[in-house]
Amino acid sequence: MIATALSSLILATLAAGAVLALQHARRWRAGQPAGVDIVAGLKALPGRYLVDVHHVVARKSFNARFHALTAGGFLASLPLLVLAAVPALRGWLLWGLLALALAVMLGGALMVGYRRRVEKPAELSQGRFKRLPYALLAYAAAFLVVALDQLAGGVLPWPLALAFVLAGAWGGAELILGVGRGPLKHALNGALHLVAHPRPARFHDRAGRDTGLRPADLEAPKLGSERPLDFAWNRLLGFDACVQCGRCEVACPAYAADLPLNPKKLIQDLVTAMDTAADGERRTDASYAGHNHPGRPIGLAQGGAALPLVGPGAMIHPDTLWACTTCRACVQECPMMIEHVDAVIDLRRFQTLELGATPAKAAAVLEELRVTDNPGGKPLARRTDWAVDLNLPLLAEKGQCDVLLWLGDGAFDLRVQRSLRALVGLMRRAGIDFAVLGEEELDSGDVARRLGDEATFQDLARRNIATLSRYRFGRIVTADPHALHVIRNEYPSFGGHWTVTHHTAFLLELVESGKLTLKGPTGGSVTYHDPCYLGRYNGEIEAPRRLLDAIGLQRVEMERSGLRSSCCGGGGGAPLTDVAGKRRIPDVRMDHARATGAERVAVACPTCTLMLEGVVGQRPAVAEISELVLEAVA
Amino acid sequence: MLKVAVLLSIGRHPASGRPRRAPLDARALELALRLPGAEIHAVHAGDPAEPVLRDYLGMGLDRLTVLEIPAGSDPVPALVAHLKALSPDLILAGRCAEGGEDSGMLPYLVAQGLGAALLPDVADLSAGEGTATLTQALPRGRRRQAEARFPLVVSVHPAAPEPRQSAFARARRGLVEAVAASAPQDGFIGECEIRPWRPRPKRLRLAAGGSALERLKAATETKSGQGQVLVRPTADEAARAIYEYLVEQRVIGTS
Repeated sequence: MIATALSSLILATLAAGAVLALQHARRWRAGQPAGVDIVAGLKALPGRYLVDVHHVVARKSFNARFHALTAGGFLASLPLLVLAAVPALRGWLLWGLLALALAVMLGGALMVGYRRRVEKPAELSQGRFKRLPYALLAYAAAFLVVALDQLAGGVLPWPLALAFVLAGAWGGAELILGVGRGPLKHALNGALHLVAHPRPARFHDRAGRDTGLRPADLEAPKLGSERPLDFAWNRLLGFDACVQCGRCEVACPAYAADLPLNPKKLIQDLVTAMDTAADGERRTDASYAGHNHPGRPIGLAQGGAALPLVGPGAMIHPDTLWACTTCRACVQECPMMIEHVDAVIDLRRFQTLELGATPAKAAAVLEELRVTDNPGGKPLARRTDWAVDLNLPLLAEKGQCDVLLWLGDGAFDLRVQRSLRALVGLMRRAGIDFAVLGEEELDSGDVARRLGDEATFQDLARRNIATLSRYRFGRIVTADPHALHVIRNEYPSFGGHWTVTHHTAFLLELVESGKLTLKGPTGGSVTYHDPCYLGRYNGEIEAPRRLLDAIGLQRVEMERSGLRSSCCGGGGGAPLTDVAGKRRIPDVRMDHARATGAERVAVACPTCTLMLEGVVGQRPAVAEISELVLEAVA
Repeated sequence: MLKVAVLLSIGRHPASGRPRRAPLDARALELALRLPGAEIHAVHAGDPAEPVLRDYLGMGLDRLTVLEIPAGSDPVPALVAHLKALSPDLILAGRCAEGGEDSGMLPYLVAQGLGAALLPDVADLSAGEGTATLTQALPRGRRRQAEARFPLVVSVHPAAPEPRQSAFARARRGLVEAVAASAPQDGFIGECEIRPWRPRPKRLRLAAGGSALERLKAATETKSGQGQVLVRPTADEAARAIYEYLVEQRVIGTS
């Protein structure tokens, strides 16, 4: 009797869960069509879950362990409970296996309870999530008692046994019904998102990294995303996979500086908005039980699946949208592989291309870009003003060269010119056959694209590609990771395929091949700040470090470094949209550098140079890597 | 309903020389777009195929009328004829174009042709029944409030609010309506030589002594009416004048 009650309750819950999940799936299936290879995705799913997701989760090893125990035990217990519906199968083997699975799960559930009730990391959401440890414990412990009782032949008085069944069934209902609404969204939505992921190349079974933005079709009737329904269905599915673990919140540089952006809340804003089914139905964010966007209280935002997402009274405040530096720290940390930056860019595309609502200085810069091909509105001939005495060879005059030096827009800035002079000096010493494009070099289009101005980006990209295609050169070397990323990862969609090397990798080659000889250890301590567009976007974190070591500087690492480095605040057009917070992002980053006690911060990006140089007060000096190398060459 | 005509020309970026929306005309359109409930008629005289015209559409116009006249011809008669037929309450234009004759005369000539009043250098305006309240920008940041009756031609000052961003999708969707118009050839502009502007060289002035403020003034202030004007000097004369000036300023020695 107890066994029948047990399995029929679980079967009923599973059926209810399936109905709910189907109903919930309607929300993201309402999105735009997307070309997804479902079969390949299904085949890759176990690998993606067990390798890619595990890698992210295992950055906190405790979490990986309790997930393995809890999920493993839970998933093993479900089929056993279903099998228990068949009287012929009820025997010591079934009850024994069930008890084993539940015991394993109980171990995991205790760990979850410890984390959520004792450790209490601040980034975790409350609300439904608060009940999770109780549900896990109820399910595992109560059913364990029932299984052991059945194994012993039913020694408990039946009212007590039934009470245990009911307690366990409550836990089971919390968990199974939570698959659709949370907290257990990763069980189904998470798995489906891995199957239909918009960037399958980012997983270990493909290239392992895929960071270039997708071109927008400028002929489309609507450009960018205005409402939740304008996103592709697999993007909506991605948002709906969020389990509010808050790892993005911890990593977000804007959140750290108290700018009004919390990536977790941003994704939940999208989820809350898509929760409404009917046209025009509104819902507020009052049910959200995590941290807010700093400075923006919860309960004021409202939206719906068919309503505009961005606006002062809408689900997402414009300040939230424009505070993002596109640094990808949230994407790097997300165990559900959600692509936050793609969502931000989709929303920005609508704001810029359809509404003309790019804020602050950004709109003026985009207009200058369109008319002068550089963000400062300067004559292009002045890009090489700083090098009048260096006689930079022009590719137009040479016709061909080994190395094309892409100067970038930093060349218009006095501080960056200093490091470019150092780089040119080093290339001369190493006897490199190089040239520059001079007047023919246009802005790479990076800033325009991150600000959502896909039209200007595509125009710049096409014209740069046409220029580059006219010449013969071995490869492109640049000191600007933004230009590097755009030319390497985003120009190929427009027919431009070139090898692009960052100057740190290039200088390392020159040092290792002996073309540059070093004086020997220069001494002094340095900490290296990884540019987002070199590290997270391109995975290059080794070359700059090996270069610093080769010079003989004593290298210390910041609290956040490498692929998990923290942004300087200069990406994504953030210095132009200039959303105010309590602090400035570069000030926060400089705090990390100060904490190392290093004498200098080594940077490898013109934007990082400017952002960190702008920090006032006592601080380590900011030195571009090529300047440090120039000091060290014999 | 308030009927507003905005005269839009094509500007020229000072650094790249490429066509763009003229900054002051864009401000005029911005003022028009801010008038609640106004019926806006945007007019350009020139080539309807010019892609930059779409930048004005991107600011939120549904259509833009282009009076098709050949390059280098006088747009005033065509504009006056068109505006007479349209008979708007209010006509807005930037106070000076960018890249043509740049005389700033067009609003005056149009007002004369229409027999309408003109108020120059307007930085802000609001419209009432048959009249408009306008804010004029005067030198040194002063402002003057004015009231004027329709029909009224207004020239817009750089102190007017920044023009809104032009959105790509709206620019693409907007309609450019070409209307045939006749225009006399402009003899004057055809004879002009046009070359890029460059800043006038400043007289160098070496200042020593005095307070910091005096030195700063000496280094930054330009005084007119000093020195000697050479008209079409020979190369020798010019070189001698420069040499003597540098010696006088003690930039080079006399030995």
